[in-house]
Amino acid sequence: MTIRVLALLLLGVALAGCRPQTVQTTTGGVSATIQNKGSDTIVNLALAWAERYQTLEPDVRIAVTGGGSGTGIAALINGTVDLANASRRIKDEEIEAARANGFEPKEHIIARDAIAIVIHPDNPVDKLTLQQISDIYSGKITNWREVGGEDRPIVLLSRETNSGTHVYFLEEVVRLGQKDNKTLFSPDTLLLPSSEGIGAEVRQNPNAIGYDGLGYVTPDMKTVAVSRGAGQPYYPPTVETVNAGQYPIARDLYIYTAGEPQGQVKAYLEWILSPAAQEIVLELGFVPVITEGERP
Amino acid sequence: MTDQHEGQPKRSLSWVEFLIERAIQVSGISAIILVVLIFLFLIKEGTPAFMEVPLSGLFATRWYPIEGYYGLLPLIMGSLIVTIGAAVVSLPLGLATAIFIAEIAPDWVRNILKPFVEVLAGIPSVVIGFIGMLVFAPLIRVTLDIPTGLTAFTGVLLLAWMALPTVVSVAEDVLDAVPKTYRDAGLALGMTRWQVIWRIVLPAGRSGVLMALMLGVGRAIGETMTVMMVTGNAARMPVGLRDFFMPVRTMTATIAAEMGEVAHGSPHYHVLFAVGLTLFVITFAVNIAAASVVFRQVKRAERMLA
Repeated sequence: MTIRVLALLLLGVALAGCRPQTVQTTTGGVSATIQNKGSDTIVNLALAWAERYQTLEPDVRIAVTGGGSGTGIAALINGTVDLANASRRIKDEEIEAARANGFEPKEHIIARDAIAIVIHPDNPVDKLTLQQISDIYSGKITNWREVGGEDRPIVLLSRETNSGTHVYFLEEVVRLGQKDNKTLFSPDTLLLPSSEGIGAEVRQNPNAIGYDGLGYVTPDMKTVAVSRGAGQPYYPPTVETVNAGQYPIARDLYIYTAGEPQGQVKAYLEWILSPAAQEIVLELGFVPVITEGERP
Repeated sequence: MTDQHEGQPKRSLSWVEFLIERAIQVSGISAIILVVLIFLFLIKEGTPAFMEVPLSGLFATRWYPIEGYYGLLPLIMGSLIVTIGAAVVSLPLGLATAIFIAEIAPDWVRNILKPFVEVLAGIPSVVIGFIGMLVFAPLIRVTLDIPTGLTAFTGVLLLAWMALPTVVSVAEDVLDAVPKTYRDAGLALGMTRWQVIWRIVLPAGRSGVLMALMLGVGRAIGETMTVMMVTGNAARMPVGLRDFFMPVRTMTATIAAEMGEVAHGSPHYHVLFAVGLTLFVITFAVNIAAASVVFRQVKRAERMLA
């Protein structure tokens, strides 16, 4: 009984201690709440960062919500958030809108997202063009022989349609990034509910081809070097080629701030680009940023 | 009975009895109410799909919901192939096991076999799916020399495995219920043991065997996790016998995979409920069919005994 009463008392004290911190003082001060909203691709990463950062800096509260890149940038323009997550670059009209509200949006590259094409280690194919990958996934190429491999049928593996990776792959690879391209995945594509499902099939089936975030690739799968087109150089998916902008199936992930970040927000952004935070990037299947301030 | 309770206060007893009776009544009716509520909920959420998507769109062969392709035929065919396949595999196996346990095995074998069959029923489907994905699928791909091991056939084998305990225990109970006098009569006429089983015991328990099959089918068509893990989930339209050894996408796996991320109230959301409604109607029809056959058989058996 006494233990229970003590626990209740402690809980009360803890709750009382929490209360003052919800007061919003965004610039400086002992406690601060950072509002962070935007891309659903980044939301898990942003949450992981926020959780870790709050254990390091108990005075700072970080509220993370998703909703999409556009939603996040709109909220930044309206001044309701401090950080907008985006899996695409800010559009010109959004920059205009921000200027009309009296600030210049500042871009920070906080991680990179690369998709590796994975095959069975015994498969002799080691390089493909984007066009070939598109033809394979849309069902135009159905045998490995047609892309320089053995005479084997190609088994297509994909993440389920609700995965952000699936949509990105559809737009950037199957449709080659062309807006008016309406190519679909072949109906023969196996839709697997997890990265582990793709991994298990790729590891044991020499017919299989799959794709997944670079962070999910394990050493017992083989990755394929990819080129943007015939006659152009092939690049393997590595942290280096992604950071150099050479590997074609990759994109930068951004956080935008209203002008130069100040105070706690600045400290948080600096921490995000530190090795400790970029370690989390790797754990969640993204590619860490090596060179800071590569782009203005 | 009433004489014994004469001395006790009659009002409080009847009051308690009233409560108990009502409680039993409520729990009995609650099953019906639940089924009706589920049905109404599915209709409420599912019927808008028929307004939002033209019928020709629903009865098409392409399922790719994020681009507005809502063809349900591959999903329905996928579920049917896997379910019927599982029934065809599990019935003879289950029946043979039940006959062995009920008619042939000595007592000590029976005492070992029965609990083990029941343990089989308790294995979580995700574990069976895991074994299927990592052991069965590669084995099937290599032995049959097909492009991938994640096929309808793999799903059929695993579902049959999962439906087996149901089929065995129901069929075994039914065979047990066949009166011993029937067997004695057969043996007295000089029939062999096999003839007694095949000509007397099985026909006498026919309706129960059918019941076992239907329960097995019910188990198979509703199974989600295992199927999602081993059938490959490619929404392709099966047309020939060859497609039995190709990936399929079932209705249950589709709902499980897509419901989590779908926007509430969107056409996709309503179509997923329409898929659920279809599943519900199919299971309901199977159960009605089973029940009507079983009741008819019971009546005939009663006539024979009378």
